Amino acid sequence: MDEALVIAAHGSHLNAESSTPTYDHADTIRATGAFAEVRESFWKEEPSFREALRTVDADEVYLVPLFISEGYFTEQVIPREFRLEDWDPELWDSDGTSATNATLTAEDTDQTVHYCGPVGTHDSMSDVIVQRAESVTGDPDVGEGFGLAVVGHGTERNENSAKAIQYHADRIRERGRFDEVQALFMDEDPEVDDVADYFESDDIVVVPLFIADGFHTQEDIPEDMGLTDDYRTGYDVPTTVEGHDIWYAGAVGTEPLMADVVLERAADAGADVRSAIEQVREETGGATPATGD
Amino acid sequence: MDGEYVDALVATAPDGIAFDDLHVAHETDGYTFQTPDVDHSGIDEETLRTVATESPYVRNWYFWHAIAPQKADRWAFLRWLEGAQQRDVAERYDALADGISATWGELHLSVTLADGERTYSVRHRADADVGTSVLDEHDDPLDAREIAKHDDDGDYRPLKTAPSLRTGWTFPELTASEFVTAVDTFYPATIANWHREREGELDVNHWRDTVDRQTGIYGVVRTWDRGDGYEHVNWVAEACCDDSQCLKRREWQYDEETELDVDGGSGEFPCREPCSLVIAGARKWTKLEGEESQTYEFELTPSEKEQIEDIIDAVADGETEDIREADIYEGANRYRTRFLRAKLFDDEGNLDGVETEQ
Repeated sequence: MDEALVIAAHGSHLNAESSTPTYDHADTIRATGAFAEVRESFWKEEPSFREALRTVDADEVYLVPLFISEGYFTEQVIPREFRLEDWDPELWDSDGTSATNATLTAEDTDQTVHYCGPVGTHDSMSDVIVQRAESVTGDPDVGEGFGLAVVGHGTERNENSAKAIQYHADRIRERGRFDEVQALFMDEDPEVDDVADYFESDDIVVVPLFIADGFHTQEDIPEDMGLTDDYRTGYDVPTTVEGHDIWYAGAVGTEPLMADVVLERAADAGADVRSAIEQVREETGGATPATGD
Repeated sequence: MDGEYVDALVATAPDGIAFDDLHVAHETDGYTFQTPDVDHSGIDEETLRTVATESPYVRNWYFWHAIAPQKADRWAFLRWLEGAQQRDVAERYDALADGISATWGELHLSVTLADGERTYSVRHRADADVGTSVLDEHDDPLDAREIAKHDDDGDYRPLKTAPSLRTGWTFPELTASEFVTAVDTFYPATIANWHREREGELDVNHWRDTVDRQTGIYGVVRTWDRGDGYEHVNWVAEACCDDSQCLKRREWQYDEETELDVDGGSGEFPCREPCSLVIAGARKWTKLEGEESQTYEFELTPSEKEQIEDIIDAVADGETEDIREADIYEGANRYRTRFLRAKLFDDEGNLDGVETEQ
């Protein structure tokens, strides 16, 4: 029986580039041929969450949210808009960063939907953060002598938002690759504004845990950290701030290896995509095999 | 490709074939093969192969069962394009030789026969009569994602069915499957919803259902309905859903019993519920409409009052760019408007010096 992958992303009414990482990762997965169909869907763009499933021919669908944290979108909005019958967040049995998957039926199309946890809380996301650090420094062995800051929104709207940031910061710290690893936030302490205060290392890689580049990653964070007074004039990578060289990476979601995390989510839910995962890891520079902790 | 359709016909004949005026069967005394043009019975396989090879009815049967996408809505859409309900196979093949075209939103769709095979193309309807050589040619249907992203002025199009699709491109040669992908990328879910409507199965969610479902920052929209009519929803539909703003035909109403008073539009494909742009707009209007009216006193000449109306019309109809630089006869002309501001605004930007807070 044919299987489809549907990626659910936020999208934007205002920013034309918000959808770009979603399209890019969908294209990477499409090229593997692992699914009969790969479909992008959006909260703010089209195809909408409401109508994506009816554009898919397959009876069996893996639905993967391209969102960073578990919470409002993954537990309320997406299941409601996709009309997943009998959805209950308990089905994921998550502590906020350990979502699994649940098999449900879409009320309007009768398709079987394997509803997966978001990419942001999957363990392999830690690898993408590290790879983002490699990309921005141009050093495949970056770590020694470097600090790594993982930056998130904070808890203003969703308590799990901070949990996801902390989770990956802890995992990467335990690997011992970077001299220091710190979770920083935009709207709570420890704040990204004071990035230099939280590190001893001369070099600090800053990776925002966001899906797409936009207002927060391109305007707020660079200005808050003092990389520039006006984002429109741009900034150097690295930029020296208070004696530290800040290597600002931009949204982690633009890293090509993100396609791997989407596939990992589908694989965890039962999709037979192991060879696609290997192919994508090879193409996008990911470590093979998956780094376990 | 040659002969595949004949092999398929021979393989399928024992099950019987009855499709688009082609009837084939395999009985004890041999094969029967009937079309409006020929009537064979008791023929052997070799004869069947010979008559089938030259028959457009066989090519037609093979296309619809082995090449065309089998998902019911995509299949029906392709049948609609070539007028399969109105034209029999002979007529259709004659017409296909010259090409059959239709309009879908701002898309100009065509199907033609080349070497007996259907080939599909898509371009902007404004480019329908333009030579292909002056258009940017594309062969990947997913290129439609990028084409649909910005209008001819380079502005982002958050609504795929806004009548602002840019021009100057063509997909000159697509397979049936690539073709429906292209159309569904330009106008997502329009084929699925059009088909549901034709089958009498369109699942319309009216305004009330849709706002009742909202949570988070959009939950506030529920409070806009205060049980005192639906005039505000008329205004929303007139603002957002008019044909000048969106090519979908609005089928959603206030609720199951209460139709809106404004026209739903004349689009080929239906709109089955208020979209995310409507809900985002409604959230803002819910807040703005919560304000109490005030009485302000302004001194305006009759022409100034009319000019303010002209400016509102020009912005609402998206016509400000069309008003010529020196056309001071237009109320919404920039110089005219700057003069009005210079005369009527005080240093704080208050109209006629009247403060907003009273």
